[in-house]
Amino acid sequence: MDRLVIGGRELKNRLFIGSGKFADERVIRDIVAQTGVEVVTVALRRVSLSGDGENILHCIPKECVLLPNTSGARTAEEAIRIARLARAAGCGNWVKIEVISDNKYLLPDNNETIKATGVLAEEGFVVLPYMHPDLYAAKELERAGAAAVMPLGAPIGTNRGLKTKEIVRILIEECSVPVIVDAGIGKPSEAAEAMEMGAAACLVNTAIATAGDPLVMARAFSQAVAAGRLAYLAQPGERTEYARASSPLTGFLGS
Amino acid sequence: MGSFYEQIEAYASFDFAGFLGRVTPRQVDLVLKKDFLSPLDFLTLLSPAALERLEAMAQKAHRLTRQHFGRVIQLYTPIYLANYCVNHCLYCNFNHRSDINRRQLTEAEIEREAEAIAATGLRQILLLTGEKPGKDALDYLIRSVEIVRKHFTAIGIEVNPMDVDEYRRLAAAGVDSLTIYQEVYDRSVYDRLHPAGPKKDYRWRLDAPERGCQAGFRAVNIGALLGLNHWPSEAFFTGLHASYLQNKYLGTEIGIAVPRIKAGPGNYQPEAPVTDRDLVQILLAFRLFMPRAGITLSTREPAELRNHLLPLGITRMSAGSNTAVGGHIDDEADEGQFHVSDERSVDEVRQMLIAKGYQPVHQDWHSLA
Ligand code: SF4
Repeated sequence: MDRLVIGGRELKNRLFIGSGKFADERVIRDIVAQTGVEVVTVALRRVSLSGDGENILHCIPKECVLLPNTSGARTAEEAIRIARLARAAGCGNWVKIEVISDNKYLLPDNNETIKATGVLAEEGFVVLPYMHPDLYAAKELERAGAAAVMPLGAPIGTNRGLKTKEIVRILIEECSVPVIVDAGIGKPSEAAEAMEMGAAACLVNTAIATAGDPLVMARAFSQAVAAGRLAYLAQPGERTEYARASSPLTGFLGS
Repeated sequence: MGSFYEQIEAYASFDFAGFLGRVTPRQVDLVLKKDFLSPLDFLTLLSPAALERLEAMAQKAHRLTRQHFGRVIQLYTPIYLANYCVNHCLYCNFNHRSDINRRQLTEAEIEREAEAIAATGLRQILLLTGEKPGKDALDYLIRSVEIVRKHFTAIGIEVNPMDVDEYRRLAAAGVDSLTIYQEVYDRSVYDRLHPAGPKKDYRWRLDAPERGCQAGFRAVNIGALLGLNHWPSEAFFTGLHASYLQNKYLGTEIGIAVPRIKAGPGNYQPEAPVTDRDLVQILLAFRLFMPRAGITLSTREPAELRNHLLPLGITRMSAGSNTAVGGHIDDEADEGQFHVSDERSVDEVRQMLIAKGYQPVHQDWHSLA
């Protein structure tokens, strides 16, 4: 049985989606209904805490896991404060840590992310840190209590695909928590590629939200993620570079 | 420490007209193929030859904007707090010599203005004043911020340049963004248009955005008032200034605005008018030079033109603007800082955005102050 469990919740759909950049956020409801997506991330900076006016939370079906993110945070301290605000506002106890102090490329700051992860995991949050793929940082995040790590495939919003493939592959090999590829995935085939490698899930926002038809694109991604996962499961022998070959070249030597 | 001034100096003897005149459409094509543009690539896009590639520029600018910002437009509106001003900017209705009713909103009036604006659904606000020397002016501004904070999630200021400590006090009070336009980068034109008052000090103003970055504002917006001087070099220096700031202060969101002046007090007419086509070219060149920078378009431009400019790189628009002090609570208040061309209500702008496939966004930050 192939299960993905994060924060005590079993997830059947391995596509996570973002809620930013949509022309009309109400399409999120249709996406969830048609694809069975279970995790939706929301920038808390966009959520009206006073409860008045438009509220993106209304567009996210109750059965989904709400994953508030700390987008806009430039330091660990800001991320921590945003996470606490989110929980106080009734957004649950999952949080995606995003600490970015680089407005040019929007690359995450691993050091600050590790600090925030430690504090929030201690406070009982299910912490999913967005990170720059780096083995040492991933290990630190694990030690700090991260429920998963979310390395970027390419800089946020670039739709460039899995540019960090080799390092993400190492994280998948070495991490004991799920590795979720976040950011940069522009096409369903790229999501499939990440899943074939053994990623636990993919988070996609820009590529869906800015597609001509976001709903159809979300379906394509959902299927690609599922297909990639199946492919991964179908070839357990090739999980590592040093997999045992089925027709050994040195078999003639005998054992 | 350094200052953007040194970069301006470096171009002191640069032959803009010569460079721009020599650019060929083929060179523009090469620039369009690049992901990262140098300053001279940017200037290439401001050349007459680039006009022949305007559609290609527009397509790329549109794609980049959609990719980085999505189908989303931020909305905000200004509140004019006071129109007292000691400066003599020749192009501004609030200038010291203008014969207008001078007024500074009381605390109760600020509260009412804020309520009236908040009732339209807007949550992002820009506070403006003229320049009034002395400590009281800063205290007044801080007090105003404290009053409007209850109603808005993001507060910007557009006031006279200040020092880092003053900016820090404002940031601590809850201001998250600073808007300050150099008006005109050309030194001699600047001197001529600012004959008296503290604004004469070109460098104090030029370095103000940098001081804002140092003081820790989340966002700093700059611009040149288009029409005051021949636009290609003005647009060039604005872009260069933005990129200087963004490279040096990675943690600050640097944005650009493209305010265009049509007419001013008395018979003031812009000396170097910028046509719609010029404006489009400037906008596109900015977007291609700084793909992730926010670009603001105000209600100085008429509704129809704003609708057309929308997909070309705009990320932030004002709506329901009134540039007179007390304009939202007082029907008599009609002496604005400049003429508002797009007179649509916030709701009308919102409907237009939705009809064009954009999500109007009212809130983009929670003040943690
Ligand atoms: S532009 Fe500003 S400083 Fe100049 S006169 Fe007008 S209000 Fe005063």
